[in-house]
This record gives sequence, C-alpha cells and structure tokens, in this order.
Amino acid sequence: MSDFDFSVILENWGFLAQGLRYTVQVTITAMLGGILIGTVLALMRLSSLPPLQWFAAGYVNIFRSVPLVQVILAFYLILPMVLQMITGKQMPIGAANSAYFTFTVFEAAYYSEIMRSGIQSVPRGQVAAGYAMGFTYGQTMRLVVLPQAFRNMLPVLLTQTIILFQDVSLVYAIGATDFFGAADKITQRDLRPVEMYTTVAVVYFVICFTLSRLVKLLQSRIAIIR
Amino acid sequence: MIEIKNVSKWYGSFQVLTDCTTNVKKSEVVVVCGPSGSGKSTLIKCVNALEPFQKGSIVVNGVAVEDPKTNLPKLRAQVGMVFQNFELFPHMTITDNLTIAQIKVLGRSREEAVDKGLKLLDRVGLKAQAAKYPGQLSGGQQQRVAIARALAMDPICMLFDEPTSALDPEMINEVLDVMVQLAHEGMTMMCVTHEMGFARKVAHRVIFMDRGAIVEDAAKDDFFGQPRSERAQNFLAKILHH
Ligand SMILES: Nc1ncnc2c1ncn2[C@@H]1O[C@H](COP(=O)(O)OP(=O)(O)OP(=O)(O)O)[C@@H](O)[C@H]1O
Ligand SMILES: [Mg+2]
Repeated sequence: MSDFDFSVILENWGFLAQGLRYTVQVTITAMLGGILIGTVLALMRLSSLPPLQWFAAGYVNIFRSVPLVQVILAFYLILPMVLQMITGKQMPIGAANSAYFTFTVFEAAYYSEIMRSGIQSVPRGQVAAGYAMGFTYGQTMRLVVLPQAFRNMLPVLLTQTIILFQDVSLVYAIGATDFFGAADKITQRDLRPVEMYTTVAVVYFVICFTLSRLVKLLQSRIAIIR
Repeated sequence: MIEIKNVSKWYGSFQVLTDCTTNVKKSEVVVVCGPSGSGKSTLIKCVNALEPFQKGSIVVNGVAVEDPKTNLPKLRAQVGMVFQNFELFPHMTITDNLTIAQIKVLGRSREEAVDKGLKLLDRVGLKAQAAKYPGQLSGGQQQRVAIARALAMDPICMLFDEPTSALDPEMINEVLDVMVQLAHEGMTMMCVTHEMGFARKVAHRVIFMDRGAIVEDAAKDDFFGQPRSERAQNFLAKILHH
C-alpha cells in the first residue's frame, strides 16, 4: 500500500461529491415518495374493496419480480414517450431525472409490503377503539393505526432505505453519474482502482453504519412504551 | 335510548345473534351476562355499528344504526365505549388520549379539550398521570383513563364490554367504583359483565344471553330472585360460587 495515492482522491473530490449528492438525493426522494405511495398501496391491499386489493397486489408483485436494472432501463426509455403522449411535446427528461421517478415507483412496492405488515401488527381493538371514538376511516388510519405501524416498522423501513441507497449505483445502466459511477469514471480515466474503490467502500460503509446507528437511537426515542 | 329489535347476525353460516330484542331507557343501567361465546360482545358492538348485522334494527337516540344513510362517525361519537383490553392509544400521552377525539371529532379547541380531559382524569383519580403514556399505568388505571376518554365526548350512553375481566383482582374495584358513580349520576349504561355485585348494586335490569339469544331479560330483583330459565339458574349458580 506504499503507493496509495491520496492526491487522486483529493483532486477528484468535487466530482465524487457531486455523485454522492445525487445518490443521497435519489435515496431521500425515493424513500419519502416510496413510503407515501407504499402506505397508500398497503391500505388498498388491506381494504375491503376487491379492485383496490387487486391493483395493489398486482403493483407489488410486478415490481418485486422484475430486476431493478431492467426497470431503470425500461422507464428511461418509456417515460419520455409517455410524457410526449400526454403533453404532445418532446420531453427529454434525461437519465438523472428518470431515476428519481423509477426508484420512487420501484421502492414503493417494497415499502408497501413493510407498511402492510406494520398495519397488521396493530391490534384490531385499536381500530375498533378509533371508530368507537367517532373517527372516520381516514382519521382512524392517520391518527391511530399508521403512527403505530410506522413506529413498529421503523427499523425495517430504514434497512430498506440502506439497501435503496446502495442500489442507486445501478443507474450506471442508463449512464447517470451517482457516487459509485463517479468513482468508476475516474478509475477508467486515471487507472487508480485501488484508491477509488477503497474510497467508495469506506464512504458507503461510514454512511450505512451511521444510518443504522441512527436507527437504533431513533428507535429507542420514539418506541411505544408498553 | 337504545332500542334493539329482532336483531340477527351471521358469520357466514354461523348464527351469532338470534332475534335479539331489548330496550335500554334513558338513565337505565342494563347488565348483560351469559357464558363465553354467547354473543354478548357481538350484540353490544352492534349498538354502535362496530359490527354490522343482517336482520332487525337498532335505534339509538332516534337514529337507525343499520340505515346506510346514517352518519356512523357522528353516531359513535355520542356513544361511549369501554373495551375489555382498554384500547388506549399507546403512542399518545394520557392527555392526548383524552383530547384527540374531542378536537378531531367534536371540533373543540385544544384548551377546551385539555380542560375537560383533565377534569375527568381528576374525577377518576388520576390527575397526576396526565403526561404519562398508557404503558406506564397499571391495568386498573388504564381502564379508568379509558372511561374518562369516553366521557370526555359527553356521550348520551355508555357501552361496557367486560371492563374488568382483564384486570388483576385487586384492581377491579377501582374501576367498578367509577362505574357505580356513573350509574348513580344517571348515565344510560349497557354493561357486559360478570360482576354480579355491580349488577346487584346499580343495575335496573339484567339480560342473560345464551347461544346468541336473549334467554332472560328481567328486572334485577326478579333475575336474582328467581331466574326463570334453567340455563340462567345454572349460570348464576356457577358464577356466584366462585
Ligand atoms: N369475526 C368472527 N368470525 C366468526 N365468528 C366469530 C367472529 N367473532 C366472534 N365469533 C363467534 O361468535 C360467537 C360470539 O362471540 P362474542 O365475542 O360475541 O361472545 P361473548 O359472549 O362476548 O363471549 P366472551 O365472554 O368470551 O367475550 C362466538 O362463538 C365466536 O366464536
Ligand atoms: Mg366478549
């Protein structure tokens, strides 16, 4: 390791940081959007209306049986066409932007399964108590069931987010530059794989490790006292 | 106040309720008892439409529960319900448990709701616990909070589903005391319970259910004096002896 050259990292830090920022932005967008859509899907799945159940089940099953890379590619190709059909204008949204959409929609399938078991973990008596107080369905969910479901599932939701964070590297397939992609491009150009890949590994590790620590901390702070 | 007329209910092909008919008048206290699985919880949950039923009608304060046009949230807000397992909202403080429905359903201001909630909490003897979470209270304390939570909505009647059967024996009385006091104040109450001491003290009528049917519906003194049906006699003998 005597010729480990830190200057390669320092010189290219700007480019790497840009990639990292993109990775983080996609992660946060897909996490928030995915949990939101996923929660709606979970409620549909658990509703008593068959068409809603079927839609949600279909959505989840389709996205869970297709490899993410393929979805990234497909949406990259299809999305501009769909947008053009809707708006009538050429809409070159670009690889970087299409990934925001793809990850949100894809992760929603996984978050929805997590939220579904979270909702099912809330005792039925709680739902009855909510209705008995005069809450509507929406209020019962929003005020009684979902807050408990969310808290119960927090560790799993965050674990899924850590996986998502790592999966963003798959945007290489459509030529977008995330953190991993940035490091990869520098490697190809400067031929310093050891420095680059070590940096990538260390940064991923530090971020993921910190996140999982944060989960533990958060968990003990918002856990439901029983 | 509560008029139950010829109510029948099925779970699939299994009939849980068979032609149940009874009335609870204003300020009347009616105790419902009967063996496990006889349909007591189901009947009482039909009153505030937590359970649908296929036949018959239930009218609460002039409103038909089974009518699809009935605004159920509004109706339920007027009917207090206390559950066997308390069902306080575990992620909220006691104060929030007492105020959330006042605010979200009745549209009261936060100050007004807190004021009302704390008064009722004081009344059930738990003023000091306002900032705690349900999980930090004993079962008896939780059930008293649950009663206060229901009362905070100014209900026109109260439904109790075995409010003391999940409690350790030493906590039963603290809950019954609150219920007795409520009865003395003239609250209309329908209570599923096997606490015959409570029934003796405050009930006006006792209903005995078996296999989904109301087998006996009698004034308290008649019921304890000489229940007509053999099944009710056997049941009474069993629970009074243990
Ligand atoms: N969701 C359900 N599906 C099918 N059967 C049910 C359902 N809920 C209750 N039952 C059945 O209906 C019958 C009446 O139940 P219910 O809970 O009303 O009885 P209960 O008199 O309250 O009994 P307990 O004293 O045990 O509380 C029981 O035989 C029960 O198994
Ligand atoms: Mg019961």
